[in-house]
This record gives sequence, C-alpha cells and structure tokens, in this order.
Amino acid sequence: MALTATNDFVIKFANVNGSGSASANELFAKAILRMGVPVSPRNIFPSNIQGLPTWYEVRISEAGHLGRRGGVDLMVAMNPQTWTADLAEIESGGYLFYDSTKPLPASAFREDIVVIGMPLTMLCVKNYDDPRQRQLLKNVLYVGALSMLLGIDPAVIEQLLGEQYQGKPQLAKPNIDAFRLGRQWVADNLQPIGLQVRAADKVGTRIFVDGNTAAGLGCVYGGASVCAWYPITPSTSVAEAFEKYARKFRTTAAGEKKYAIVQAEDEIASIGMVIGAGWNGARAFTATSGPGVSLMTEFIGLAHFAEIPATIINVQRGGPSTGMPTRTQQADVLACAYASHGDTKHILLFPEDPFEAFEQASAALDLADRLQTPVFLMLDLDIGMNQRLCEPFQWDSARQFDRGKVMDFDALQAGQPFGRYRDVDGDGIPWRTYPGTHPKRGAFFTRGTTKNVDANYSEQGHDYLENARRLLRKFDTAKALVPQPVLTSATQPTRIGVLFYGSTSPAMYEAAQRLAADGLAVDLLRIRAFPFPDGVREFVLAHDHVFLVEQNRDAQLRSLLVNEFELDPARIVPILHFDGTPITARFIIKAMHKQLDLAASQEARAPARLGAELVLS
Amino acid sequence: MTYITKPKLHHPSLKQNKVGFTRRDYEGRISTLCAGCGHDSISAAIIQACWELDIEPHRVAKLSGIGCSSKTPDYFLGQSHGFNTVHGRMPSALTGAYLANKELLYLGVSGDGDSASIGIGQFVHCMRRGVNMVYIVENNGVYGLTKGQFSATADAGSKSKKGVVNTDSPIDLVSLALQLGASYVARSFSGDKEQLVPLIMGAIRHRGAAFIDVISPCVAFNNHAGSTKSYDYVREHNESVNRMDFIESRAPIEVQQPDDAVIEVAQHDGSILRLRKAGADYDPRDHLGAMNFIARHHAAGEVVTGLLYVNPEAQDFHQHLQTIERPLNQLGTADLCPGSEALAKINASLR
Repeated sequence: MALTATNDFVIKFANVNGSGSASANELFAKAILRMGVPVSPRNIFPSNIQGLPTWYEVRISEAGHLGRRGGVDLMVAMNPQTWTADLAEIESGGYLFYDSTKPLPASAFREDIVVIGMPLTMLCVKNYDDPRQRQLLKNVLYVGALSMLLGIDPAVIEQLLGEQYQGKPQLAKPNIDAFRLGRQWVADNLQPIGLQVRAADKVGTRIFVDGNTAAGLGCVYGGASVCAWYPITPSTSVAEAFEKYARKFRTTAAGEKKYAIVQAEDEIASIGMVIGAGWNGARAFTATSGPGVSLMTEFIGLAHFAEIPATIINVQRGGPSTGMPTRTQQADVLACAYASHGDTKHILLFPEDPFEAFEQASAALDLADRLQTPVFLMLDLDIGMNQRLCEPFQWDSARQFDRGKVMDFDALQAGQPFGRYRDVDGDGIPWRTYPGTHPKRGAFFTRGTTKNVDANYSEQGHDYLENARRLLRKFDTAKALVPQPVLTSATQPTRIGVLFYGSTSPAMYEAAQRLAADGLAVDLLRIRAFPFPDGVREFVLAHDHVFLVEQNRDAQLRSLLVNEFELDPARIVPILHFDGTPITARFIIKAMHKQLDLAASQEARAPARLGAELVLS
Repeated sequence: MTYITKPKLHHPSLKQNKVGFTRRDYEGRISTLCAGCGHDSISAAIIQACWELDIEPHRVAKLSGIGCSSKTPDYFLGQSHGFNTVHGRMPSALTGAYLANKELLYLGVSGDGDSASIGIGQFVHCMRRGVNMVYIVENNGVYGLTKGQFSATADAGSKSKKGVVNTDSPIDLVSLALQLGASYVARSFSGDKEQLVPLIMGAIRHRGAAFIDVISPCVAFNNHAGSTKSYDYVREHNESVNRMDFIESRAPIEVQQPDDAVIEVAQHDGSILRLRKAGADYDPRDHLGAMNFIARHHAAGEVVTGLLYVNPEAQDFHQHLQTIERPLNQLGTADLCPGSEALAKINASLR
C-alpha cells in the first residue's frame, strides 16, 4: 500500500559531497516554507570536502513538529555509494526517486516501495554541454521533478531562484529553465504521488536560520568587540557570521572597524586573547567545540579564579577525542560545568533553537561582565548547523549593555574605596577597574595565584578560604540572573515530570503532545542554564517519576543535577540518545514507555511511588 | 630577598619628571627573587626607561606568564595594572588586551622557559602579527623556580650546576623574532644597564612588535664555570654591535659632523635612535644582514648584543585590522548594537 500524506512526511536526499546539491536541497525546503508549511531540514554530512556521502533530510509538518521524526517516506537516491542503505531506510509503502539513466535490475529495488525513475543524467547530457553545468543543473532538475510530483507551487520556486540569483540573470535563466525542464518531464511521463504539499498558513512571521548565524549575530547585538577563534567543525560559522554582520553594521564610512576579529593559532591563544580583552574592558568571545574547550581549560580556570569575563560558544559535536566531528551530541556538559583544575564551576546556557542562540549569546556577554567569569553558550551541531524555523529575533531598542561592577575615573577620583576582591555588596561580586583608568588609584595586579581581598599575593589559608567561599556566593547569585527554566504543565495533574534542555526541545514537545494524546500526561521542565535555579530541584521533588532526556551516554546533566542538589540518583531516570543523530519524539516515547512498563511491573511486585493510574494509561 | 617594606612616603626633594612622578613612583613591591638575580636589574632598567620617557604609570599594562621572570611585573610600576597569566600564554593575553585598548603601552615580560619552550607557539604568532608591544625575555637558560633544569635557550655543550652537559641545540629567540617579522629586535645583558635602558626606551617608542632578549644570569642555578649564561661568560663573550642613545623628538637637534660610525634612525613618532657602531660595520636596518651576522657570531660562541634590527616604518596589528581610532573598550551600546530596526530587516531576509 503506497503511503499517502499531506503536509506530514519526511523526504531525504542522498547526495555526493561537493556536487552542488546543498543549495538545490535548501531551495526545495524553502519553497515549502514559503507555502506556509513548516519544515525542518537537517544536514547529515561527512568530515570531507568532496566525494563522500552526504544527506539532507527534510521533515514537512503542518502540525509544526520541528524535531527529527525518524524514518523516510521519500528517498531521493542520488548517490550510488549509499544505495543499499538508503533503500533500506524507506518506510514500507514509501517512495524511491532515482536517476534511471542507467537501467538497474529488479533485484536492486524493494517490492514494498514505489519506485520512480527519471533519467536525470541523460536529460542533462542532452541539454547541457558544460560538464559542471550538467552536474549542478541535475540538482535543479530533480527539484523541478519533485515539485511536480508533490504538488509544490512552481511560482514559489521560480521566485526563490530569482531572489537567489538577483542581479545575475545569466545564472538565473539556466536554473529556471532546468527547473521547468524537470517539471515538464514529470508532466509528460509520471503521475503525482501519494505525498503532497498543500499551501497552509502555519509559518507566520517565523524566520528560518541556523543557530551559529544566530549566535554570531547575537554577539554583534550583545556588543562583543573582540572575537578570537580557531577553525573547528561545527563552530566555524559562528565567527564567520559575527564577521559578516560586524562588517556590515560596524564599519564606519571611512572603512574603519568597530571590532577586531583574530583567527588565532590555536584554541589556547583564542581564549587567551578573549581573556586579555575581557581583562582590559572589551567584550570578547570565542567559538569552539569540545576539543577546543579541552585545550582552553587552563585559561578558563584563570578567568574563573582571577574573575575575568569571557564568553565561550561551544557548538558541541560527538566526542570524546575527534569523535564524530560532523554529528551532534550534548556531551560537553560536565567538561564545561567543571572545566579546569581545582574547585571550579562555570555558567552554562542551553539555547533550544536559533532564537535563543541569539538571545542567549547577548545574555552571555552581559552575564560574563556582571558575574566577571567565563560563560558558556552550549549550542550543538543540530541547532548550530541546521536551518531551523524559529521566532523572529527580538531586540529592545532601549536595552543597554550591562557592563557589571566597573569603577570608573569619577568614582575613583571621588575617593570611593577600591579593593579588587572585596565583597562590598554581599553578592559575592567584587568591583573591578579597567587598566589605564586613573593615574593614582584603582590599579591592581591580576594573578592566578591566591591573593587577599586587595589583590595582593598571599599564601595564607584564611585569604584562600575567604576567596573560595566568596566565589561560591557569587555562583549562587548567578542562579537568579541566568535564564530561568521553562515549565510546561500537563493539562491534568500528573506524577510524571520530564527534564530536558537544548536541542532536545522540539522532539520532547512533540513526544509530550503524542503521549498526552495517548492519555499519558507529563509535566515538562526545560532547563536553560547552570547553575540550576532552585525551581529545578522543586520540580524533581514534586514528581514521583522524573525523566531526564539528553543526548550523551553518561547522563551528564543528570550527574550535575544529582551532584549540585544532592538528590537521590534513583529519582531521575535517564533517557539517553547518543548515536550522533538528533533525538526523535519516537525514541523518547518508546524509551519512556519502556521505563514506565518496567516501573509498572515492579509496582505489581511491591507498591511503589508510581501511581496505578498512569500505568494504566 | 629582603623583608623590609619600602616606605610609601617619598622625600620631597626627589626629582620629578615632566608628568610629575619621581623615579620611586615607578617602583613596585619588594622583589622576592634571589639577591644578585639579573632580573632585578632588568626591572630597574624598565623603571628607569619609563621614568625618563615621562610615561604615566597607569598608561602601562604589564603582562607576564609564569616563572621567576614572570613574577617581576609585581616589582616595578606598582601603579600600573598587571596581569600574571598562565605559563607560556602571556602573548595571547597581551594580544587580547592590546586589541581592547590600543592606547596603552603593553609590556610583556617572560622568561626562556615561558617563551622558548611551553610558549614558543604564542611567542611566534604574536611576533608575526605585529602586536604593538615591548616583549622582554629575561633569558637565563634554566628553570629557576623548579631548581635548575635546562631551558630551550641553553647552548649545546653548556654545563648545568649538577654537571650535566646539554646536548640539545639552543633556540635563539632573537633569530626567531627576526625571521618572524618583529620590527625592533635587540639583545642586551642585565649587567649592562647603560646599554639596556636606551634599548628599552627605543622599544617603548617603536610601533610594532619590539623584542628584547636580555641575558640575565641565574645566580642560584646558572652562574658557574661551564655555563654560557653566567656573568663571567657573557662579559667575556659580549660582542656589542652598537651603543644606542635614545633621543626624544622634542629634544633640540644638535648639529653633528657627518660621522660614518653613527647611524641615526627616526621612528614613526619622531624619536631618534642614534647608534654608534662598535667595532664591526653593522647596519641594524639590514634585515638579512642582521640574521647572517647573528648566526655567524653565535656559531663562534659570541653573544651579539645591541640594537640588532629596526624597521621604523613598521605597521602594527591594529593598522592591519583597520580598527577605529577610539579604543574598542570605550565603545558603548550606541556604537556597537545595530538596533531593532536593522534586526527587523535581518528577520525579513530570513523568511
């Protein structure tokens, strides 16, 4: 039975890296968006420039589910290398679209799917002379064919092509011609299939952007004036986006720049520059991934101990070591929370999508200044490198940067007493001065060694204790300043609570909706920062059965939670997804049912916390 | 070291410089280094140079790494902000500080372990970038704080205090800095203040990466027979190529007879480096000649000192980056944030 679905299916493009498929695939996804139907595309790419397999998976969901669904309804199989695996991934009753120029035996296919062949190579050879054009236009040809098969409005795609090649008619025309050629061939030879796209009004004012671009832009809005970075997948495009927007918005008419960006020699130098700039009163950030954070940890300890602002954007990838550099994980939580030797704790922010990546990047710069400490923005590859539909970026025009407690010339001149590490306000945050402020007052020596409250070298135990305890007070102050957790209560009372964070968000909200539809109500708490506000603990204690969904093997955020709140580990059941692909609602639902069934069978043996009503539902 | 605290009050008869500070105002805390340590002489030379140049102490940022040499910024310029960073990483922290505020004078103090071993990568790259700074390596050929291990600048064949002979080839930071594009390169000896002070003054007034390698004997672990970084060895093998006088631009220009033995180099701010040749016919404006001269004399066991290279036309990193005149750390929300209207346009372009 062939699948039929409207505005609710998954299409996956299997391509060869470097063949120019990316822009054609993006065109396809954007066309559906323009028809008012939410899509969520995901690049699944190798650590390679040319030749290895790459995929682009697009979930079309009028209901607005933006998480990865799992399974494929229509496979556009353009890569012979991965043919067998791609074929196997198609749902029963699904569709295979392939290049039929070279005939394949029946044994190359599956009987339970619908096979659609189109002689793409032959059409290209027939119509184009230039080999590069044959390759590139083949991609546009299949977009044309798919638009016909799926009922996508051709005017939308032609308009997008026009926008893409604005001012370059010599490029626009062949693309539009190839698009039409693809449509015409399908019109002449095939019928529309059971998967259809129908115009809807479900996108609204939302924007379509990747998290790295959002974070880079957030740093421009948040006032970062120094960026030091070292190229590493999947974070490189953060620095590139920062530079792009800074060049646009922060270059004077005379061509002078209100920012400095340095591609450093390594991540140690990147963080060193960020800390040097932060010490000297500029807002500075770096963007990196796990291996970079490992290299930075000595400096991060210095910034923590000497109390210097620094913003570190960590676009997490699969670890440890080089791990899966082009796959996603949330596996640096502990490494960042406790980065460096000695007793250290750092602020972590967990954005759920590009909207929050923008918002929290600027918040991170404020927090770093306010708390005089490193702040990590914990992105991951799934958010960072994939375009995601999200709320439009917002900025309050009245907003001023929070530069924290900085004593300026006037304050020093007026004789206001200054002691670099004195807790005069009782919140653990001392006052600082920028170098060069006052000829006679306010100078101090910054060091990684122990010091007394006036920043003088000290090896006295009491000085050390006073400082170490103040740092804890400061960390406690941070609880109220960081983004607070987001509670989504079930429509009816429930004893089940689920904690999650970051890129797990869309899959988790979808899972909760489906569970509710099946009669299983769950309360959700999305954690947005470390240190955890006390509300997180209360949520755990208020539920009999608590799940924590995350994308790493060792349940790292759970460890952090258990450790920081001294909770009974048995209270929090981990649901862990860590194969490098983004987590799905299907996975979460299955895992939760398994755990609940297990709990129910234990319940049958000995009545426990878990209520019978939830087990029945 | 001494335990006597310095009195804060100065005698009213102490001479003040043009910005109203006495020489004492450029001092720091009491040194905790060993009596006779070369590093303390370098601190004194830095104090002298800053005082003579009428630099306001608070307009100096002094940064260092880790080690005996890196402790010294606490012992001079007590009214300047200082930053004792992590081992071998002073150059990156200094680069960041310099990016934040181009108006201060950046003084990087490091040692041979800090710059030639753990931090050689950062040493290399900050020279390449032309960071506007004075980078001083207090070079004694040993790790002092950990009690006498060879450093990477120890000469092959030199002997440790325990009698071990070093077999590794030495790293010559001066040659390295020259090759990497440092635009003011000098070497001096902590025991020769007359040579060192003007070299520091010239470096302060230089625009671009200024590097001074100062041989600074370690009295505790590297001042014995068989060492090539001892007071005796350096005095015996010091091959000075010139003696420099630093002349402020504001100073009236003396009418001088043409003199083949004198080279005058005008720096970008108008200050003049007047170099009197000592012995060899050496021109510090000749980049390749300098590298060649240093390599030949080093092979002969000589320690070449003096102003070894200067390019008065050098540009610095901020010029390369085309940053605005105003220091970046003085820019506020209005300068840096594009605002909500621009954001609405960005949003529109992402639909």
